[in-house]
Amino acid sequence: MTTEAGSETEVKEKAEETSAQPDQSETAEQEGQEVANVEGEEKEKGKEKEKEGKEGKGITRYLPTWFKKQKSQSQTSPTKEVPPAGEPVCKATEGEEEPAPEVNGHAEEVEEKEEVKSEEAKEATAAESDSTASAETEPAREEKVEDATAKSEEKTKEAAEAEGAEEEQKEKEPQGHVEAEADGGESQTSIFQSPLRLVRKNKMKVVVCRVTLLDGTDFTCEVEKRAKGQYLFFKVCEHLNLLEKDYFGLTYKDSHDEKCWLDPTKEIKRQIRSNNWHFAFSVKFYPPDPSQLTEDITRYLLCLQLREDVSSGRLPCSFVTHALLGSYTLQAEFGDYEPDQPRPLDFISQLTFAPNQNKEMEEKILELHKSHRGMTPAQADIQFLENAKKLSMYGVDLHHAKDSEGVDIMLGVCANGLLVYKDRLRINRFAWPKILKISYKRNNFYIKIRPGETEQFESTVGFKLQNHRSAKKLWKVCVENHSFFRLNAPEAPTKARFLTLGSKFRYSGRTQAQTRLASSLIDRPAPSFERTSSKRISRSLDGAPVISITEAGSETAENGRDPHLELHSDSKSPLRVHGDNIYVRHSNLMLEDLDKTQDEVLKHQASISQLKRSFMEAPPPSPPQPNQWEKRLTSSPATTIRVQQQQVVCAPQTEAASADYTSSDTKEPAKTPEVEIEETVVIQEVSRAVKPGLVPVTADSPATPPAEPEPKPQDQTEMVEEEAAAVEEVKPVKPERASSESESEEEAEYQPNVAASISQTKIPEEKEEEEEQMTKEEERQQVSPPVVPAPPVEASEPAEELSQEEEEAKKEDTSVVEEKKDDQEEKESGRETEESTDDPMVTPEEAPEGLILPDETLVAKPTEEQERPKMNGEASLVEVDPRLQVICCSEPPVVKTEMVTISDTFAAQKTEIATKEVPIVHTETKTITYEAAQLDGNGDGEPGVLMTAQTITSESLCTTTTTHITKTLKGGLSETRIEKRIVITGDCDIDHDQALAQAIKEAKEQHPDMSVTRVVVHKETELAEEEED
Amino acid sequence: MAGLMAGFGHYTHAVVRGIPASLAKEALRTSQAEVDLTGARTEHDAYVEVLRTKLGLEVVELPADESLPDCVFVEDAAVVCGETALITRPGAESRRRETEVMKEALKDLNLNIVEMTDENATLDGGDVLFTGREFFVGLSKRTNQRGAEILADAFKDYAVSTVPVLEGLHLKSFCSMGGPGLIIIGSSEPAQKALKIMQQMSDHRYDKLTVPDDIAANCIYMNLPDKGHVLLHCTAEEFPESVKVFEKLKDHMLIPVSNLEKVKVDGALTCCSVLINKKANI
Repeated sequence: MTTEAGSETEVKEKAEETSAQPDQSETAEQEGQEVANVEGEEKEKGKEKEKEGKEGKGITRYLPTWFKKQKSQSQTSPTKEVPPAGEPVCKATEGEEEPAPEVNGHAEEVEEKEEVKSEEAKEATAAESDSTASAETEPAREEKVEDATAKSEEKTKEAAEAEGAEEEQKEKEPQGHVEAEADGGESQTSIFQSPLRLVRKNKMKVVVCRVTLLDGTDFTCEVEKRAKGQYLFFKVCEHLNLLEKDYFGLTYKDSHDEKCWLDPTKEIKRQIRSNNWHFAFSVKFYPPDPSQLTEDITRYLLCLQLREDVSSGRLPCSFVTHALLGSYTLQAEFGDYEPDQPRPLDFISQLTFAPNQNKEMEEKILELHKSHRGMTPAQADIQFLENAKKLSMYGVDLHHAKDSEGVDIMLGVCANGLLVYKDRLRINRFAWPKILKISYKRNNFYIKIRPGETEQFESTVGFKLQNHRSAKKLWKVCVENHSFFRLNAPEAPTKARFLTLGSKFRYSGRTQAQTRLASSLIDRPAPSFERTSSKRISRSLDGAPVISITEAGSETAENGRDPHLELHSDSKSPLRVHGDNIYVRHSNLMLEDLDKTQDEVLKHQASISQLKRSFMEAPPPSPPQPNQWEKRLTSSPATTIRVQQQQVVCAPQTEAASADYTSSDTKEPAKTPEVEIEETVVIQEVSRAVKPGLVPVTADSPATPPAEPEPKPQDQTEMVEEEAAAVEEVKPVKPERASSESESEEEAEYQPNVAASISQTKIPEEKEEEEEQMTKEEERQQVSPPVVPAPPVEASEPAEELSQEEEEAKKEDTSVVEEKKDDQEEKESGRETEESTDDPMVTPEEAPEGLILPDETLVAKPTEEQERPKMNGEASLVEVDPRLQVICCSEPPVVKTEMVTISDTFAAQKTEIATKEVPIVHTETKTITYEAAQLDGNGDGEPGVLMTAQTITSESLCTTTTTHITKTLKGGLSETRIEKRIVITGDCDIDHDQALAQAIKEAKEQHPDMSVTRVVVHKETELAEEEED
Repeated sequence: MAGLMAGFGHYTHAVVRGIPASLAKEALRTSQAEVDLTGARTEHDAYVEVLRTKLGLEVVELPADESLPDCVFVEDAAVVCGETALITRPGAESRRRETEVMKEALKDLNLNIVEMTDENATLDGGDVLFTGREFFVGLSKRTNQRGAEILADAFKDYAVSTVPVLEGLHLKSFCSMGGPGLIIIGSSEPAQKALKIMQQMSDHRYDKLTVPDDIAANCIYMNLPDKGHVLLHCTAEEFPESVKVFEKLKDHMLIPVSNLEKVKVDGALTCCSVLINKKANI
């Protein structure tokens, strides 16, 4: 374990802990150590309080810059870099914003408690366990590393203070071990089973939580201070007798009074950041078809939420709809209309149905209520939902944003995708299948769009959020909604991704498909519950920010349904923020226009906005279309329900496919979505101070990935595979922590459907328009050739796949740091700490593949390399290795890429300028593959037995080296393969060839007994001189 | 029960207006064509007759106003959906007063009237395509963003998406609904482009029926209790190829309606009536 941080105090604490629980000395010790670690971190943080945001949760070794930082400024012991084996994870200090799942050991805890509580709940937990379990394993490993990193983590002052406060508490109260227990979770499972746990329990510090339920009542319960969100949520669901709980969640108000979802996988305490243990139970995912819910109680709760949404104005509806919904509410809550009721209007006016309810509406409600005679409450709820679900804003979670021109817009996240509104008008829509990647960086939010049938390039659309928090919040909501509605199963965090960076946030619950399946298995008598007369007085918590589209422009009152609208609400003036930019970037290449002057950049921006064009002309992807009449049938709710219910029972898979009851979009089957994260800790002030007018617009070059056809090794050939990728880099900005407001910056990416994007060239998503489809395909093919670089003969199928994957990986990983405009780009060694560049991302992706390589081999000593290629080498490529023969040198395809930003189809269509004329940034990508001839014809059919695989990352100033070593054993022969990926980043001055040569040379020197079998050079440079205009 | 979006295409009333003599010379037009006033009136009478007699709608006939040469094209003056009628502010200055009589007529039908008073807003009903599930508003020479916003405010239940109209007068100059979830669309490039935008913007899926002639894509769809799907479309005389396409709609009662004269002043089939469903509610 990594205990170097153990200072005296910590040791004391440790001793304290140990003595407190002599019976568990072993674990206690671990805990102690962990605590010590934590304290150490805290201390450190205190020291460097002024610089870092606590969420720099990176995994050091994967995040080379961090690594560097550590070296240079903190005293991290190198041992930490070595991934420890199976120890419990230390609690990594994570900020509330830190999405890293602290799952380790937690499931047990929860389960254990549930056990004590009620069987039902336990069952539920068990049901949940698959997801929990999966969430558990991988993070455990990662967090280990994390705690090492933690020291160098940057912390905001506030954060540091908060931590400090906690720390104090901990020290004062002997219950410190409670926390430790949570930490040590995994290894302590057995302890939980022992009677001792009772003792422990007594000592636990409990907190009273108040949860406002949907009917407006409060539910209070005690939870351990260290409990995770899940625990509280389960307690609430248990209290509500709710089984279909996946549609719901708990919210809390953050320190900025914004409503946030409580992450079930993380400790509550760490999320709420205050001592306000007050939550609200709310619907998190609005089922597109509530009739598919299994239980009435679930529908009832959904109704309660919607009543609140409607009466608060969050869910706008017309007068007639208000009246209709109100009448169903009356029927559900009060039963049949009673003519005897003395003064029905008085009574009804005490209820809130609409934001601006009036007598006229109340009369209408009563009138309609009369017509519902005989309807049971459950039926009334169903009717209510059937109408509510059709409202255009049903289930749409709105976020304020600005488009690329600084115009106020709203982004709405819903089951089908992302909607863009300007005032009340929908100006664009990005269905989930259209979105390749979702990311955010600082206060920018980006989506990468699958190219339309007439486009060759993926494009990235950027939006500017109010601040980093809101960008992250939006990102999370997108990730969750996408996962819930579009995936069959949540992404498994356990995916062998060695090098995961940044926020590990992902949706941890069940997806809609799963929850439907689970619901179909519910076998209990319909629980009886009481429909209380919900007063729907706006609740303190839930009535949080009522965002309605009308507010987007200005703060005009949101006009109600009143037929005689005051339409003067001048939401017209779209508060433009001058100097605000939208950053659009392409994730494939790190492109920044270093040479451009501010003016040029501004001009560019102007031209971009002008030249927006429709890149999304394609109709929504849809499966083979039924003819129109069939279609009509299937889209009629009745039919749909029937069909889908069948599916629920027998075919979970297909059921998922029909999840969108309206749009029969095919779900991506068996997707392996990847959540990719980049994290940058940058002080926000800096980014703000940055250029007003910078438009880092980049575009994907779909071409030339570092294709690495898998060289099939001969028997005992040992080889070193070198790869150097040169990526144009953009400099980190010098952070200047000016105010306490500065918060750690972070960015993250989420790539919804890797599979789909990879297979782009093969799977045309629009099946409806055959003709066009053809064209599209052709176009894509034109685009894609470079993707598969004329591979050496021996490249086998899988190899190609791999290379494609790699390509994808690369695309995804590289990213841009926008700050380039700042003149602070010069890396100043002292400053490096706060910035992590994203480029190292390129590296990580490769590793996992290496793992899978079915290489045959002989055991060789695990050669680990940590190398730092110097830039001053002089060897030329060709002379590197006499044995190395150039087999393939693909034509360096030069791809001019361009960027199109469009947030509005109107503007899009208006400008009819061909994409070609919109070059914003030109890039050039080359891939050159050198391959040793000896590998030819090595038909290595049988997969070997993988013995070990290991990945090491190291970095120096401008290079990042990832070394992946696999040892496989096959047929008595073992083979060691070393794959090195060196990412060299820097400005134009870098002599890439030299750098590469040097890298190869070094590799040879380090492993004289091995041969270099293949070198793939992937070079991405920006053609700076191209800037016309 | 009459929930949202129930009974798309179901109408009970139609508001039409006579043709003033001034139409021949003064009506706005994009092409320079001679209008045969008598022919136009004959055509229009036949049109009204179809609505009244053949389809059994209650037709409210407003008198022509000589000072409003375009007044026969009542569609532009009001958008009616459910029980709400939005009185528009037509994009052409000369047509603004057309709304006055229309407003009174709709009031008499007990519709909730919403007026577009914003001086910056313009909206022609011809730019409004209601699909049964949502609205598409063409942003054209006659309709602007503000007009669309007001429409969105008036019909809060529905998504309102904007679609650029780059060629042609109105959005519905090249498209219309041919049934629930079925959009009839012209084959010109602008029309196809607009369709794609609509498809992209929508959470719902629409089938399309492409007809060779843009103007032929303007049809009137109804779903009437005793008649089922009804489609009023152009005659074979005008657009033989397009009519062949319509004839593939086996489930529809197809009623060709001649529109040779009015089309010269950019009047399409839908332009000449405002359809209302007075039994929208229970």
